[in-house]
Amino acid sequence: MKISIERSTLLKAVGQAQSVVERRNTIPILANVLIEAEGSTASFRATDLDIEVVDKAPAQVERAGATTVSAVMLHEIVRKLPDGSLVQLTADPVSGRLTVQAGRSTFSLATLPKEDFPVMASSEYAANFSAPAPVLRRLFDKSKFAISTEETRYYLNGVYMHVAQGEDGPVLRCVATDGHRLARIDADLPDGAQGMPGVIVPRKTVNELRKLLDDDEAKIAVSVSETKVRFATPAITLTSKVIDGTFPDYTRVIPTGNTRKLEVDATEFAKAVDRVATVSSERSRAVKLQMEEDRLILSVNAPDSGAAEEELAVAYGDERLEIGFNAKYLLEIASQVDRENAVFLFNTANEPTLMREGGDLSAVYVVMPMRV
Amino acid sequence: MPALCRDCLTPFPDAPPPARCPVCRSVRLLSHPELFSLSIAHMDCDAFYASVEKRDDPSLRDKAVIVGGGHRGVVSTCCYLARIKGVRSAMPMFQALKLCPEAVVIKPRGSHYAAVSRDIRALMEALTPQIEPLSLDEAFLDLTGTERLHHAPPAVLLARLLNRIEAEIGVTASVGLSHNKFLAKIASDIDKPRGFAVIGRAETSDFLRGKPVQMIWGVGTAFQAALEKAGIRTFDDLRRWDRQDLVARFGSSGERLYHLARGEDRRPVRRDAPMKSISAETTFNEDTAAREVLDGHLWRLSERVTDRAKAKGLAGRTVQLKLKRADFSTITRRHALREPTQMADTLYRAAADLLAELRDPGPFRLIGVGLSDISPATGADLTGDLLDPTAGARQKAERATDAIRARFGPQAIIRGRALS
Repeated sequence: MKISIERSTLLKAVGQAQSVVERRNTIPILANVLIEAEGSTASFRATDLDIEVVDKAPAQVERAGATTVSAVMLHEIVRKLPDGSLVQLTADPVSGRLTVQAGRSTFSLATLPKEDFPVMASSEYAANFSAPAPVLRRLFDKSKFAISTEETRYYLNGVYMHVAQGEDGPVLRCVATDGHRLARIDADLPDGAQGMPGVIVPRKTVNELRKLLDDDEAKIAVSVSETKVRFATPAITLTSKVIDGTFPDYTRVIPTGNTRKLEVDATEFAKAVDRVATVSSERSRAVKLQMEEDRLILSVNAPDSGAAEEELAVAYGDERLEIGFNAKYLLEIASQVDRENAVFLFNTANEPTLMREGGDLSAVYVVMPMRV
Repeated sequence: MPALCRDCLTPFPDAPPPARCPVCRSVRLLSHPELFSLSIAHMDCDAFYASVEKRDDPSLRDKAVIVGGGHRGVVSTCCYLARIKGVRSAMPMFQALKLCPEAVVIKPRGSHYAAVSRDIRALMEALTPQIEPLSLDEAFLDLTGTERLHHAPPAVLLARLLNRIEAEIGVTASVGLSHNKFLAKIASDIDKPRGFAVIGRAETSDFLRGKPVQMIWGVGTAFQAALEKAGIRTFDDLRRWDRQDLVARFGSSGERLYHLARGEDRRPVRRDAPMKSISAETTFNEDTAAREVLDGHLWRLSERVTDRAKAKGLAGRTVQLKLKRADFSTITRRHALREPTQMADTLYRAAADLLAELRDPGPFRLIGVGLSDISPATGADLTGDLLDPTAGARQKAERATDAIRARFGPQAIIRGRALS
């Protein structure tokens, strides 16, 4: 194999590959990226056995072929090469080395045979549809903060993507929860997604997927089966196993009878929460919200370190209420609001609180209060 | 040289030490150039559990006594008669009985020893508020500044303390007196049992010369091996190292080693040093792989741990499960909760999940459960679980159970799970 490829193109392809490979793995080949050159493209394939990413990049192929080399090392090298340089990759089947040459720098890297590289079995997808990148970006960006890291409830370690019945007909819905907070984000159901099985997309896949979604104009081809999900742009294909488990019935968790309504400027609210939480040194920083007639008092009382209080003008018309929350959770859900006011709907101080953006029901958040 | 009679407590400030006490004719005379100027002490009871048992049952006095958990457990303490035969603490019981078949084995009575320990603690409290207990039978005492209050130097107070423990409690103890905790702890071991040893400032360096580094508290087998790799066996080896080199090689322990090698230790004697973990474990009479048996133990142990946490107003965020296989190899699994807990229900569920995830089918000889990452209970169990709506009710039930037990005794109400 012998190819020449533009440094920035190579950097992008290898960058995606090196973030997929598992750094602490015991199978050496999984640390490698499989480079295959043919026609006028070079494809870069990396996997951790759960996720596989293939990036096809334009290249001048002098001699077709394939080899595998350490993804992290190749990435480091390419990253340090001067911008604008042309990189030549030459695999020598006799020495088993890959030569990386750019300008006056030459590197010789150990390779592993391409035959040993595990390629994810292709599968039949039950649904194939296309969705604009900004739609998917919103679905996952607004839900991923609530993904659990708890290993015992592994089925919460991802975003549950499925078809659901929204206010005005079926929607494509993403839900994530860790038991303390929950995010439920809806988007119009794309054509072809109707028969899609619900899948739990793992956290790592969500993070890798994010790199495909930066281009506002891009259309993402999505394929879903019971066991796998695939997201593809013309250049990059990301295939991932989904979490084998049953996502809990989240609909029971979303309160419907919360009537006490508080409306507040989300940015001001978030800043105030952040300010008062400063005096608390504890990990679980509890912020107390006291509401009465168009007035919200945020306070933190940390006996060891101090106390803080801040008052905000809000719209609140119900009877007096005192309720506590983890400051971090409040900040996270408040930062999801970007267009209108944050609307909180409370029940009692012990029951889950609902938050949404203005009157928009396509993004709903639930947060569990804290005893204060 | 200053001297002191350990029996009648007569001090001899400057006279050359006589062979016998001129007052009471005792031979137990203690003399040391710095005897009356040192004030950090370590007190350690001699074979504490065994001594308590001998005190309670005088017929055991001339017999070898081993306190430990059943036929399959390990020796937790043995009396000096058993030690002569080679029995040591932490030795498996079968091995101990091979060395000393005539020994009387007694099951430990934890709460009883704790009560005796409290009596001893009360005697110490009379001397100084600066007491740092390390376990039921040993503690550091800082007697700095107490001379004016008690009209006697620390050495006299300590000798009196030992005599009172013998006379009033009925067990014996040993004391190490020095100028810091590290050396006081080493000293208390020098003259055991019924000992009183002193390491002065002037002799610190000479004392440590040639001594093995295992003497340092916290240097276990693994650390010792690491030190040996670096060519460090004795304090002299250690002293040849630069501070930077030690830190570079051993991290923060390196810094500590650098100072300890010179007999320097600036850690203060801290009253009730913060607890790092709370745990409980049990060794089965027969190895078992039965999940329902393990489960029953898990619940009882979880309750034991959280009872202690609740009593001390503490909570923990990391749950640890420990199992010992038939071949004595240990498995530990830990899980970090999202917030600290002191609820038996939460601890039990997390530990049971860890047990369920375990691939090893057993059989096991021991199971243990613990809470670490300890914090005050004010930050515990504050947030409910969206996906587990009955968790709140279970917590209330547990609090109610606790209240009933506080009023009517620990057996007043028991979970069915605890009976399996």
